[in-house]
Amino acid sequence: MPPNAAPPLLSVERLGMRFGGLVAVDALSFAARRGEITALIGPNGAGKTTVFNCITGFYRPSSGTILLTHADGSAYRLERLAGHRIARRARLARTFQNVRLFAGMTALENLMVAQHNTLMAATGFGVLAVLGLGRYRAAERAAVARASEWLDAVGLLSRADDPAGALPYGAQRRLEIARAMCTGPVLLCLDEPAAGLNLRETEELNALLLRILATGCSILLIEHDMGVVMRISDHIVVLDHGRKISDGTPEAVRADPRVIAAYLGEGDEGAEDEPVAACPLAGAG
Amino acid sequence: MRTALGDAFISALVALGLFAPMVGLLTAPTDKGLVLIPRPMPVAAIVAAVFAARLAFLAWRARRPAARPGLRALAERATAATKYLGPGVLAFALVLPLLAGRYYIDLGILVLTYVMLGWGLNIVVGLAGLLDLGYAAFYAVGAYSYALIAQDFGLGFWTCLPLAGLFAALWGVMLGFPVLRLRGDYLAIVTLAFGEIIRVVITNWVSLTGGPNGISGIPRPTLFGLRFGASAGPGTFAGFFHLAPSPSQRVIFLYYVILGLALLTNWVTLRLRRLPLGRAWEALREDEVACRSLGINITTTKLTAFAMGAMFGGFAGAFFATRQGFISPESFTFMESATVLSIVVLGGLGSQLGVVLAALVMIGGSELSRSFADYRMLVFGLGLVAMMVLRPRGLVAGRTPTVTLGQPREIPAELLAEGRG
Repeated sequence: MPPNAAPPLLSVERLGMRFGGLVAVDALSFAARRGEITALIGPNGAGKTTVFNCITGFYRPSSGTILLTHADGSAYRLERLAGHRIARRARLARTFQNVRLFAGMTALENLMVAQHNTLMAATGFGVLAVLGLGRYRAAERAAVARASEWLDAVGLLSRADDPAGALPYGAQRRLEIARAMCTGPVLLCLDEPAAGLNLRETEELNALLLRILATGCSILLIEHDMGVVMRISDHIVVLDHGRKISDGTPEAVRADPRVIAAYLGEGDEGAEDEPVAACPLAGAG
Repeated sequence: MRTALGDAFISALVALGLFAPMVGLLTAPTDKGLVLIPRPMPVAAIVAAVFAARLAFLAWRARRPAARPGLRALAERATAATKYLGPGVLAFALVLPLLAGRYYIDLGILVLTYVMLGWGLNIVVGLAGLLDLGYAAFYAVGAYSYALIAQDFGLGFWTCLPLAGLFAALWGVMLGFPVLRLRGDYLAIVTLAFGEIIRVVITNWVSLTGGPNGISGIPRPTLFGLRFGASAGPGTFAGFFHLAPSPSQRVIFLYYVILGLALLTNWVTLRLRRLPLGRAWEALREDEVACRSLGINITTTKLTAFAMGAMFGGFAGAFFATRQGFISPESFTFMESATVLSIVVLGGLGSQLGVVLAALVMIGGSELSRSFADYRMLVFGLGLVAMMVLRPRGLVAGRTPTVTLGQPREIPAELLAEGRG
């Protein structure tokens, strides 16, 4: 890794999270660089989602710092920001392991809710917009245009007016990514985006993630599907039992004996790990 | 055939269990005190009738298996008809005072008051998905604000109306701050307690509110300064328009005031639904965690819902005070909150038309059936059971999208979340 003058986009330093006596994450440090896809992998129960919840403000970490630095140099200490401010000010968006769409609202409405803060600013404290005055109309048109753009990008433009809950599972996953992108993030955090997708949908997801990267938004993802991770990640961080056991390029990580030991349940620390059947490295492409 | 007989036998057994104590035992006063007289014959007749009726019903159902689709088609046609129902009801409401007598106009005012309360509560319960069991508190705050301001400062109805709404909204926010971190059942219980606290404070703060005696002599509303009275002197409505003074003029005026207030509530709600705030309310009902991940401030969004709902409740309260001319804590009991909430739930959460229909059925229906008051609760209970079986999501379930690229299509109620507070 060449020495870089600019600070990384996301820098996690000695992050710790404990629930009572259980240490879920222990002194974890890693960085996610601008313009890259960083993957967080590890066996089940390694603490990946806990790390995600700390970064996105759903948990307050027990110790450590999480620093997000924008391209213009403004920096945010995420562990100190309130949950909704992380999305709004620090411009960090996330999806969920089990899809959390607004099921009773249409796909388009889902993406409109994502642009809530931009639209609220145009309503003039609500009063002007209720009376039909002010610049709200133009703002809403722009929001619909932006939403249509993302619906098109995830191939759901023809289903814009369908309720989100009625879409097939793969489409719901894509819609959730589109919704996160409508908040205009600098870092998109995806919690197992390929879970439950078939082979073709996984291919489409890869293409979508690379397109998102091309728009200038960096990506941090948790993934079990090594077909996704190995092919598109620039940088992989491997967790096991809340600790980092490896960190580097896909090639380096795949060759790391500690990673293989963690996944295969062999070696010095693998006594209570996943059985071999869960080993995803075998199919790594 | 055997299963049908068994089924009918079980029904008869249930009937026996129910009617043996209810019909089979008669208490009669004698000089030795009350004695129980057993009446086996009527019980036997009822049980036999239930047995026969159940058998007949099963036979009828076995011969007509295609009855369900017909019912569904009927429901679909009813849904299509709701498009014309709204304007129809509005037109009816506009012309009612010109056609009907005094009794029906008074009834219309009562129904419209509940429609307005229902629409106000619909913002909190139907859109934002926050279960509020103490809505009568805001109704009371509005009514007492108007009564006290009007009496102590000599201000008129139209000046006090916004103030009453403002006070109620303020109380909505004050309740909201400590309460909004609670969810579901806990929120419901705290709002219930809040409703009771307001009522108990009003009852016991005798020096300010008059306690259980209430406040009387509350000023009546005026039409641009024109009073409604028994004389045709200068400054009265009758005198200005050279009409014969009549008490029905004031009633008709009050009717149009509440109609206007209710329509204002409806208009603001419908506008807000299409604005980011209203969409955020509905998104909150659907999934609070997802809202937070999108940068929506949940606390302020919930507070605005509470404040909005409370404000319209306050308006309705001020109208109630000016219409009655007298208010006391008895008008703002838990029964009031429960009635308004059942109007919203019966109508279908979030549905504006549903609230109107439910208010018509519940308030209008129960007023009109005063003549057989003994059976009113029985009919009401049966109606609720029928609703639960036939339309569990309310009279007008489903939701219209607020923004579309193509033709708006109704979203089926099964996909909607009810909100967990």
